[in-house]
Formats: sequence, C-alpha cells, structure tokens
Amino acid sequence: MAEFLSLHDAVARYVKDGATLAMEGFTHLIPFAAGHEVIRQRKRDLTLIRMTPDLIYDQLIGAGCAKKVIFSWGGNPGVGSLHRLRDAVEKGWPRKIEILEHSHAAMACAFEAGAAGLPLAVLRGYVGSELPNVNDQIKFIECPFTGERLAAVPAVRPDVSIVHAQRADRAGNVLVEGIVGVQKEAVLAARHSIVTVEEIVDDLGAHPNACVIPGWAIDAIAVAEKGALPSYAHGYYPRNNRFYKEWDAIARDRDAFSAWLDDNVYRQDNVYRQDDKPAGGVS
Amino acid sequence: MSLPYTSAEMMSVTAARALENGMTCFVGIGLPSEAANLARLTHAPDVVLIYESGTLQTKPEVLPLSIGDGELAESALTTVAVPEMFRYWLQGGKIDVGFLGTAQIDRFANLNTTLIGDYHDPKVRLPGGGGAPEIATNAGEVFITLKHSKRAFVKDVDFVTTLGFGRDGKGRDGVPNIGRGPTRVITDLCVMKPDPQSKELVVASLHPGVTRNDVIEATGWDVRFADSLDSTPEPSAHELEILRELKDRTERQHAGE
Repeated sequence: MAEFLSLHDAVARYVKDGATLAMEGFTHLIPFAAGHEVIRQRKRDLTLIRMTPDLIYDQLIGAGCAKKVIFSWGGNPGVGSLHRLRDAVEKGWPRKIEILEHSHAAMACAFEAGAAGLPLAVLRGYVGSELPNVNDQIKFIECPFTGERLAAVPAVRPDVSIVHAQRADRAGNVLVEGIVGVQKEAVLAARHSIVTVEEIVDDLGAHPNACVIPGWAIDAIAVAEKGALPSYAHGYYPRNNRFYKEWDAIARDRDAFSAWLDDNVYRQDNVYRQDDKPAGGVS
Repeated sequence: MSLPYTSAEMMSVTAARALENGMTCFVGIGLPSEAANLARLTHAPDVVLIYESGTLQTKPEVLPLSIGDGELAESALTTVAVPEMFRYWLQGGKIDVGFLGTAQIDRFANLNTTLIGDYHDPKVRLPGGGGAPEIATNAGEVFITLKHSKRAFVKDVDFVTTLGFGRDGKGRDGVPNIGRGPTRVITDLCVMKPDPQSKELVVASLHPGVTRNDVIEATGWDVRFADSLDSTPEPSAHELEILRELKDRTERQHAGE
C-alpha cells in the first residue's frame, strides 16, 4: 500500500548506495525533483536505467552518483549532446562510468518483460546492428515454432523505480496522462517504487481505460509540485524548451555545471522553476 | 521562373515529396520531422505520422523540439505506451516507411549514431541508437535525410548502429520478415538510391545548380552517378511558403517558452 512520504524521506528510505535505479518518463513527466533529491542525498555507485538519459541523468552523472548507465538514446533532444554523459564516458569525469546501450525497442520490451515477471524479452531486433558486439546483454535465440532468429535481452528489474505523474488520490492511486512512455512498466518491474505527483486529489477523474497505477502496487507517493520541470506535465505546464537549449552551455563546461549544481540543487532553489518553492516541493 | 530558395529548403521539400498521401510514416526528430510535416501540410494531407513517443496519427501545429513534446500528444488520434508503439505498430508491420536522420552514413546506407572512433576509446560519443535499429528493419522501407558532407558520407561507418545493407551490401539477404531498407537518401545536394544489385548508393538526381563535382567533393567514397541522371524538380512557391510559415511558427514558439 502506498505510503505518503516527503520526497526526502522516500528517497532516503528506498534509494541505497549501489542500487539499480530507473527514473522513467519519455521526454514527458521526467522526475527531475526526485533526481535532484538523489543528488542532494549524495547517493553513490548507482546503476541508472533510462531509455533516454536526458538532462536528469546528465545531472546525476555529473554529480558523481552513477557508476553505470543503461540507456538507448543519450542526447539532449533536438539540441545535441549530453555533455556530462560524454565527459564521463570520454574522460572519466567526475568518475569513470560503464555504459550498456540498447535500442529503444529492446529497452521498452525489457521494461515490459520486467513488469510481466519474465526473465527476458524477445523481439525482432538488432538485425545487422553492431550493438550486440559491444553489449553482452544482447543475445539471439531461435523461435521454437518457426526457427526464426530473434533478439533476446534480459528483463529490467530495478531495485527502485521513480516516476512522476499528474496526480494521486488519497488512497495513493496514480493517474498518468499524455505520453505514458514506460512509466507503468517501470513501476511494476521494480522491487520498490516511488511516484512523485503534482497534487493529491479526492477523485482522480480517470476514464475507464486511463493509465492508472493502483496504490497497492506502489511503495511511496511524494508530492513534488512542478516536479517534472524542465520537462513537462500534460495538462499542468509545458516543456521548458529554452532551458533544454540553455543546458547545452551549462553542461559543456565543468565549472559552469558545478556552479549550476550548487545554486540549483544543493542550495535547493531552482532557476527553471516559475515559482520560489524549494526544489523537490517537499510537503 | 525560378524562385530563390536555400539548399536546406531544397532538401526539405525534396524529402517531403518522397512521402505519398496515405502512407504510414514512423518519423525521426529533426529534418525527417520537418519534411514529414511539410508533406502533410502540402500534397499528402492524409499521411499518417507516428512518433516513437507513442503518438499515433499526430498533426502538430509547430515542429516538436523533442520526440515527446506535448504538441504531439495533443494533436494525435491516440497516444499509446512506448512498448506498444514498438511491438504492435512497428514490429507488427503497420508502418510503410521509416524516416530517419543520422550522423554518419556509408556507401551501403548503414547508419552510425553511436560514436566516432573506437567503441572503447571514442573520439566523439554520439547519442546512440534510439528507435532507428528496429525502424530500419521493421518498416516497409526507409527514407534517410541529412546534409551532404565528407564527414557524414563515409566509405565505411565507424560503427553500424542501424542496418542499411550491411558492410558488404548483403545484410538483408535471406533475412525473414525484414523491410526493403533504405530506398532513397535525400541531401542538400542530391537524391541517392541504392543500386538494385550491389546496394551501393548511387546519385539518382542532382538538385538544380549542383554539379557532379560538388557531390564528389562532399562524398567520402568514389561515388557513382546513375546513367539516367535526373535533375531534381525545384520547390514550388506554395511549398516554400508553407515550409517558411511552419519554421517561423516553430521558432516563435520555442523562443517564447
């Protein structure tokens, strides 16, 4: 049964040093407030899983939280590189990280397999790609019925998944609207899950086929108003595309990045928030 | 009468014209997205645009900066989860054409978006595969669009992220349930198509004002030209007007956010 915790307490309880952590949200509903809380609590040696590392993992990597990153597309969407990811891969700053890269199709299937309790995902994938040469987690199997050669990847089973959603009701049931990515799969695949939400409401107002995650399938709910900025929350606020563009210059330079991190994460007040609430919106 | 237009506009219009009305198109972000939406706003109003973020049959008013902008979901017929997108819609064979960009492409239309240099000691780390590896094999065919340069058009890519026709041109031979692969590459200089036998990319048409030498200078292999080399038709005034309006709208919105 979902327990209502402050973001600080939820992260402190469930995210341990050395954990495998998936923070999902496909461009939409990226749990930035939770990511900043992980950075503030100086978690270390994390294996970070995310289809698109995006700015959130660029920040975690630059802050020294990650020892390994599993991903399928590591760019700043529409802008260019993730410079903190590149600096860690190319130069080992602030520490060397290991990377394991997939395609989107394989990672999406791996999350789904994790949610389904299966050990592996099977897909018609990686044909002719050299990714299997550099990722030993990609294998090929023969279909027992047709003989077709198919790709297999292990299911994603994180120690903890964290996602952001629009709202929860007082029983901790969560509604996710708009681009739903692999958020539901990430929650169901994980041993423990934290969902941050914009608000708690009496009635979710969900239609019968909406993407609702029942409270009893979630460990902790934490309110984090504007917790997805600079990504967006459908129906609440738009994506801050300008910040995504500005990030390029911030992240390109180690000193500029460190200064940004001090000002906007460690000291908790956030320039890309429209209001003056502390980052994380801890209630 | 010829109209003043840029080589980038020539590329977008030519790429847009590759899409036929009614096709279902799995759209990559950037240049492919610009071309696909231009097609939808001009000659192909019923083209079905699908983005890997799960947005089916989307009609964005402005071009998305990211593959998952809210605009895509708001203007879509429906939005599905990402596993469903890749499993049912792409792998299930519902996509006519995948429209992709790339950082590097070689003579057999293999795409590299992973890195420049050696995998374990990269000179430049690129974003990675994303949706492309499976779009390129599970869509009926693939269109590729990118700017022509010697850095981008190389004899052999440093890394095959996404299959064109393989290192020897035979990468699709005998593989069951695989699409036809790249059928055209649209650049700011020309249109290239794979040779039916060898699968090597051959220049099929030159854009107006572009010489053979321009293409040779910008291509990293000994590029061949079709015997019946065409001249790519110029953009129409209508296409240019729609494209410029689309780009202005997009710029205004992205700047205002």
